[in-house]
Amino acid sequence: MIEKKKGSKANLIFALGLVVLVFVLEQLLPSSSMLLTVIKKSAIYALAAVSMNLLNGFTGLFSLGQAGFMMIGAYAYAILNVPTDQRAAVYQYFDGGIIQFSITEGISSVLGNVAGLIIGVLLSLVVAGLVAAVFAYLIGLPVLRFRGDYLAVATLGFAEIIRAFFQWDKLGPITNGSNLLRKFTNLADFNIKNSTGQVIINLSTTILVLIVAACIMIIAMMINSTYGRSFKAIRDDETAAEAMGINLAKHKMTSFVVSAFFAGIAGALLAMYQTTVQAAPFKTAMTYEILLIVVIGGIGSLSGSCISAFIFVGASEWWLRFLDEEKYNILNTHILRSGFRKVVFSVIIMIIVLFFRKGIMGENELNIAGFGRWLKRLFTGKKKPAIETEAK
Amino acid sequence: MAESVLRLEDVTMQFGGVVALNNLSMEVNKGEIVALIGPNGAGKTTAFNAITGVYEPTNGAIYFMDELLVENYPKEKMKKLYAGENNGKYTKSVVKTPDVITKAGMARTFQNIRLWPSMTVFENVLVAKHLRRTSNLFSATFRGNRKEEARQREEVAELLRIVGLDDVQDELSTSLPYGKQRRLEIARALATNPKLLLLDEPAAGMNPQETDELTEFIGQIRNDFDMTILLIEHHMNLVMGISDRIYVLDFGRLISSGTPDVVQSDQKVIDAYLGVADEDA
Ligand SMILES: Nc1ncnc2c1ncn2[C@@H]1O[C@H](COP(=O)(O)OP(=O)(O)OP(=O)(O)O)[C@@H](O)[C@H]1O
Ligand SMILES: [Mg+2]
Repeated sequence: MIEKKKGSKANLIFALGLVVLVFVLEQLLPSSSMLLTVIKKSAIYALAAVSMNLLNGFTGLFSLGQAGFMMIGAYAYAILNVPTDQRAAVYQYFDGGIIQFSITEGISSVLGNVAGLIIGVLLSLVVAGLVAAVFAYLIGLPVLRFRGDYLAVATLGFAEIIRAFFQWDKLGPITNGSNLLRKFTNLADFNIKNSTGQVIINLSTTILVLIVAACIMIIAMMINSTYGRSFKAIRDDETAAEAMGINLAKHKMTSFVVSAFFAGIAGALLAMYQTTVQAAPFKTAMTYEILLIVVIGGIGSLSGSCISAFIFVGASEWWLRFLDEEKYNILNTHILRSGFRKVVFSVIIMIIVLFFRKGIMGENELNIAGFGRWLKRLFTGKKKPAIETEAK
Repeated sequence: MAESVLRLEDVTMQFGGVVALNNLSMEVNKGEIVALIGPNGAGKTTAFNAITGVYEPTNGAIYFMDELLVENYPKEKMKKLYAGENNGKYTKSVVKTPDVITKAGMARTFQNIRLWPSMTVFENVLVAKHLRRTSNLFSATFRGNRKEEARQREEVAELLRIVGLDDVQDELSTSLPYGKQRRLEIARALATNPKLLLLDEPAAGMNPQETDELTEFIGQIRNDFDMTILLIEHHMNLVMGISDRIYVLDFGRLISSGTPDVVQSDQKVIDAYLGVADEDA
């Protein structure tokens, strides 16, 4: 137990170290840098994947509604944060819409700009998560009582329906129909500017990574609590779990709702990162991408999901880009052309899934303290201490 | 006077037209070890499942500590299919899920071991303490339940010492030898603080030496935990040696009951077991 405490402290320091590193990178690199883009997007995907892992990996409930819940979070955040003086422009086809306030703006007018921005955005993220959670609760009520794969079918259907629903013209005064939502408070608003409007300290990536790290930490704490253990019991054998006094309906609902809550926050963060929101990209394909990240990282490993999100986003957006460029004409084959990147990417994923059946991490977590000991041994050349007592 | 812990009244359990349990009435009193025996397919596990809420009985009532726990009568399409007796005697429908029944103070083990394979021995028992929590999701996540968590861990450690599994507490539950897995399942059930312990064939697959150890262990549980025990078992040595009373089922019906001596010499019991290969009888 003491060991475990030390481990979590090491992990905390490691996470803070990462945030500091991101901060430094952000000051050194131009804001258009590919690395920063990949960090931002992979942080958001990491949160989405971790929230999916909580449900699919730790509770054993197979759900495919992640993109749907992310979309709800993105919309909730965006709708509540378009400044009042911009509403007429944003909702130009719907007479400025029916909602005429912005959470961040409202709080800023009371607490001042800095506190208003921070509290306003955090509050909006929580609201975005809560709206997604309410939807999850309503789907869960009829569906979670059944065993089997009803949940996958129901959530998949839900995600598709809600996407069409949000684009419905009649809902335009709220969702802006199929038009873009824009001008809402975004990540760039966190950059510190001087009086001439020049950015002097970049914070947009750091703040995002900080929020994501906090959310993942909360999920990790939950998984290591008595509730998380019960989720695992349900995953391992729900008949035994129920016989040991675990209320299946309630615990499945809890896991489902919490998962949707954090998916909603991930969606809201995606909105902040993209600066615009539209229903169209929140397709089932997005859910599959996140599922793929979970599988590659290891079903039942949070750190696996984070590592795999970075690799996945990096590979699909950046490192494999050169494959699309015809200027590298290897042996005159013209094999490198637009779209080839996707072929290679698919092959890599197939190889990973085939050879690492349990993903990169399996069910293990990145253990910084253990990693540190391993490094120490590597440098001091000492062997791993032999296990003293044989089990008898 | 004997204090009743569990009482079944006319419990019938039908799967469609199959009558797995026919009009079973039985009673378990405080401090007793009662055995439920019978040939394969007699309906013993079905009786456990009806008692613990896995199945809704088709007809009949079950009382726990003299309070009504479960009652049911044939409804809808079972009305036509119902083949048991006492039609019309029960008119209420009170059904509970297994977790509610376990919370009320009953805990069971399974005929085919059902441990949580990804968890250690310690965690398997710790999860069984979850139902006695006072924390909620929020306080548990943000560690507002430190004291309770520490207390429960202490209780689990103590329990593992008592049942003799403390030396393997950090091993994966499924890596244990068979006999210890059975013992762990019993420890896990005990961790829910039951008043009544239901054991479904705890000696299944054990060799004679392991069976003797188990017999002693069950006696120890009765004494140390002041426990009332209902057990299903095929090993006649174990059953006859340890039980205060025995109920014998055959084809879902009670064919005999009483002390081991009475049951052993009952011709109906001998007939029921005749032709059934029994290694210990
Ligand atoms: N869920 C079910 N659906 C249909 N039939 C069932 C179900 N559960 C039990 N049965 C039937 O009920 C009868 C009694 O089964 P049960 O498992 O209770 O026997 P048992 O006395 O525990 O036998 P064993 O000693 O082999 O464990 C069997 O004929 C079985 O096929
Ligand atoms: Mg059985």
